[in-house]
Amino acid sequence: MKQRLVVVGNGMAAGRVLEEMLEKAPDAYQITILGAEPRVNYNRIMLSPVLSGEKTYEDILIHDQDWYARHGIALLPRRKAVKIDRAARQVHAEDGTILPYDKLLIATGSNPIMLPVPGADLPGVLGYRDLDDVNAMLKAAEAGGAAVVIGGGLLGLEAAAGLKARGMDVTVLHLMPTLMERQLDPAAGYLLQKAIEARGIRVITRANTHAILGEDKVRAVRLDDGSELPADIVVMAVGIRPNAQLAKEAGLDVGRGLKVDDTTRTSDPDIFAVGECVEHRGICYGLVAPLYEMAKVTAAHLINPCDDAYTGSVTSTKLKVTGIDLFSAGDFNEAKDREEIVLRDAARGVYKRLVIKDDRIIGCVLYGDTEDGSWFFQLLREGTPINDLRETLIFGRGYAGGAPLDPMAAVAALPDDAEICGCNGVCKSKIVSAIAEKGLTDLDQVRAHTKASASCGSCTGLVEKLLTLTLGDGYKPATVKAMCGCTDLGHDDVRRLIVAKNLRSIPAVMQELEWKTSCGCAKCRPALNYYLIATWPGEYVDDMQSRFINERVHANIQKDGTYSVVPRMWGGVTTAAELRAIADVADKFNIPTVKVTGGQRIDLLGVKKEDLPAVWADLNAAGMVSGHAYGKALRTVKTCVGTEWCRFGTQDSTGLGIKLEKFSWGSWTPAKVKLGVSGCPRNCAEATVKDFGVICVESGYELHVAGAAGLHVKATQLLCKVETEAEVLEYFGALMQAYREQARYLDRIHSWVDRVGLANVQAQIVTDAEKRQALYLRFLKAQSFAQSDPWAERVNGAEAHEFTAMADLRMPKMDVKEMA
Amino acid sequence: MNMLPLTSSEWAPGEWVEIGELEAIPRRGSRVVKTARGDIAVFRTQDDKVFALEDRCPHRGGPLSQGIVQGDSVTCPLHNWEIGLADGRARGADHGCARRIMVKLEHGRVSLAWADLMETAS
Ligand code: SRM
Ligand SMILES: Cc1cc2nc3c(=O)[nH]c(=O)nc-3n(C[C@H](O)[C@H](O)[C@H](O)COP(=O)(O)OP(=O)(O)OC[C@H]3O[C@@H](n4cnc5c(N)ncnc54)[C@H](O)[C@@H]3O)c2cc1C
Ligand code: SF4
Ligand code: FES
Repeated sequence: MKQRLVVVGNGMAAGRVLEEMLEKAPDAYQITILGAEPRVNYNRIMLSPVLSGEKTYEDILIHDQDWYARHGIALLPRRKAVKIDRAARQVHAEDGTILPYDKLLIATGSNPIMLPVPGADLPGVLGYRDLDDVNAMLKAAEAGGAAVVIGGGLLGLEAAAGLKARGMDVTVLHLMPTLMERQLDPAAGYLLQKAIEARGIRVITRANTHAILGEDKVRAVRLDDGSELPADIVVMAVGIRPNAQLAKEAGLDVGRGLKVDDTTRTSDPDIFAVGECVEHRGICYGLVAPLYEMAKVTAAHLINPCDDAYTGSVTSTKLKVTGIDLFSAGDFNEAKDREEIVLRDAARGVYKRLVIKDDRIIGCVLYGDTEDGSWFFQLLREGTPINDLRETLIFGRGYAGGAPLDPMAAVAALPDDAEICGCNGVCKSKIVSAIAEKGLTDLDQVRAHTKASASCGSCTGLVEKLLTLTLGDGYKPATVKAMCGCTDLGHDDVRRLIVAKNLRSIPAVMQELEWKTSCGCAKCRPALNYYLIATWPGEYVDDMQSRFINERVHANIQKDGTYSVVPRMWGGVTTAAELRAIADVADKFNIPTVKVTGGQRIDLLGVKKEDLPAVWADLNAAGMVSGHAYGKALRTVKTCVGTEWCRFGTQDSTGLGIKLEKFSWGSWTPAKVKLGVSGCPRNCAEATVKDFGVICVESGYELHVAGAAGLHVKATQLLCKVETEAEVLEYFGALMQAYREQARYLDRIHSWVDRVGLANVQAQIVTDAEKRQALYLRFLKAQSFAQSDPWAERVNGAEAHEFTAMADLRMPKMDVKEMA
Repeated sequence: MNMLPLTSSEWAPGEWVEIGELEAIPRRGSRVVKTARGDIAVFRTQDDKVFALEDRCPHRGGPLSQGIVQGDSVTCPLHNWEIGLADGRARGADHGCARRIMVKLEHGRVSLAWADLMETAS
């Protein structure tokens, strides 16, 4: 009698095993299949085209009824296996059917993970796994309305695109900052998000689902931040879990999935398993390619014990949304000593990145142009040495003299109405047409005719590039010093392009401006982070990992790895209560040094990092906030006693200093900013060696700028004279904003003023009242987002991971049981 | 002085000591693991590779865990030496090496090699 093979689960893996077996040994078994779904075997990965309407169910059938009949296979659909009796070698189905077996094949696939939030069991909340799910979505789409897809991975995005194509109003919620972060780096994730949004799908990243709302069916989704999104259906696509429950109950060895060896046998030699339900060498797969490789081995061993072995697979991913080309492959996790080759073409929206180790490709991300995906993947899988190809590898297989990277591309790609010169509001088309129509040939002529680049000068690089683009090789722009090795663009160009191209994140800047590295370096990242904060106040999310440690933890690192803490002492004035609180903190946390700084305040030196939040909590409780002694920000405002006590005082210099400090603290600037306010020209507050200094006189206030007393001592220059305190604040606010918008990262005010010229600054701040007003208002707006004490935020739990160890492997008894 | 009751069996060290989830470390960032032999810096790169080094810069002992991570190197917060995460070696003109600790990343969980943790700090 023929041996009996029972197959549990009629999905893609089982189907492939059967095909392999029928080809080699059609008569080896009498085969019976138990399938939970009410249908034959179909191509699950084509469900998305069915959802979007590009294909029908008939198009995606793999085996029709006739196929089973032809091969004498008994398919029992709509019959779920509920028990495996290994002793009796029988499988029990839900409806009572009992099937005896000689060999059993488990191919139960996996289940969508449903987030355990309140309301997850409401009608209208769907997974995305089989044709029934698709039919349910299609039914909902017929009625129109809103769909919320939870999960911005492969499945979630395909579901979103399909539902949108069916006319629903779709929002994708994704927990992480970028889409498909498992397969894509942030640059590709950024491009993907742009493409998804371009088809009218709303994408919310960093979105944590709090609850699903509704009475007898879903009505809305509530996020952790309290916002609510209306929803007629909710699709959960946050991940899959191997479906190994049946095997587990049968006592088979189950980890994350049903464990198999290299022959795909489970811990019972008569039971095989294949597909997504399986865990092989610690890995569970979620794509068909590895399952097909597995299926080959399963078939071979079912026919005859042999030497065939499944040893694991390297996988690649492609997103099946029409119009979006995206490919990723390789295991980036275990690589060491790698290098990368990056190609970005902003005009075409192309991003390609190869990760190389030991002269071989180990990872590959392609966006926008995936033609060479399979070639790269082949080089990757076969471990082909790429040394000879290296120079041109990234251009792909069909490389024929490939175009060199063009630093002009970003400028060429700017729209006509992109603003090039912020000071004078001149757009690209105006400059280009002036060059052409008036026959301009150099920078000075452009300045004379359009005013572009005639003020702060930070757009000079861009104007020169426009001259080159319009005049061709005839014009040679002055070489701009590149920001760092990751780009050919200089600081000013990058700043202007962030505004002109409306770039709102670091990955956006790196992609659109064609960065040569995938994640920048310690030079450009802090600069970009600052430029984005200064350009998009209240909107840009500060990237802590792009900040130097002092600004990341809001304290100054010391040579032994401890930190120093300097609370603000407004205008250098303190009280007995504040001093007492500082003394108490010093005692309580065993702080070794308490020192008066050169900036009129007190420094607590030698604080352990893990103590910082507690130290700040105590200082906060006494009313003190961060002094930003660590920041590219407002530091101190040094004052003298002024009219309050001094026999020579002409104005309330102490009070004005406090007002200036309260007005401007918390603002991020290109470099540190220090102020001084002296009550008379004797200048006891050293105002003339500060970034901004005020000398009070009988008739009002002299405003001085661009001093410093550090590496190079620089005396200030006189900006102007004003009559009231209100004017001092307005002029200073405008100055701060001009500096924030126009200076290069790490340039103090004096470097910026030297570069653009004092006359230029005076023109913006003193003579042009309208411009001053506008700058001042922009500063106020930025300040409305900046003035929240970073210490208090951390006391309340922000960035908590910074202040605790990930693990403590010191034995508790270590303290006591040291052996002599 | 023997500082090592670390092999005690109730602690049950296998070959690997699990220290937590990958997600606990920020991308392009680092966390510290305390040990009786001093701190270990565990780094996570942009593309989710994990490395561990003794938390001491070969230059003057700066805490590498506090540096900026770029690609597969970290810039020391004290004087900007750039240290390779994979080999612990200083890049460019600088010379020196931070001790490496083998790391294992499995199912999103990070473990350190016990043998490397036991090695006496230099
Ligand atoms: C604490 C303090 C010394 C003191 O004990 O008095 C100090 C300490 C440091 N200064 Fe300073 N400076 C201090 C007042 C000054 C002053 C005097 C002043 O502010 O009136 C100057 C000259 C004035 C000026 O800046 O124009 C000064 C010019 C510098 C410079 C040179 C800056 C320049 O542009 O040339 C640096 C280096 C830098 O910033 O790159 C520097 C850098 C530093 C750093 C941040 C070095 C570092 O990167 O770690 C030191 C941090 C120690 C710490 O953890 O707190 N420090 N430093 C003073 C803190 C003032 C405060 O209350 O915030
Ligand atoms: C929408 C969608 C798009 C996808 N796109 C891609 C893609 O582009 N590329 C790619 O490589 N992969 C893709 N996949 C993944 C791919 O479909 C799976 O990797 C593959 O189907 C797994 O095959 P399997 O046989 O292990 O499981 P399945 O195909 O899921 O088959 C398992 C079958 O077992 C049945 N079953 C479960 N329990 C029992 C039981 N107790 N008794 C009886 N029957 C049971 C299930 O009902 C199911 O029919 C996609 C998946 C989905 C859902
Ligand atoms: S002068 Fe400033 S930077 Fe130099 S040692 Fe003193 S505090 Fe440090
Ligand atoms: S201690 Fe690291 S660079 Fe000096």
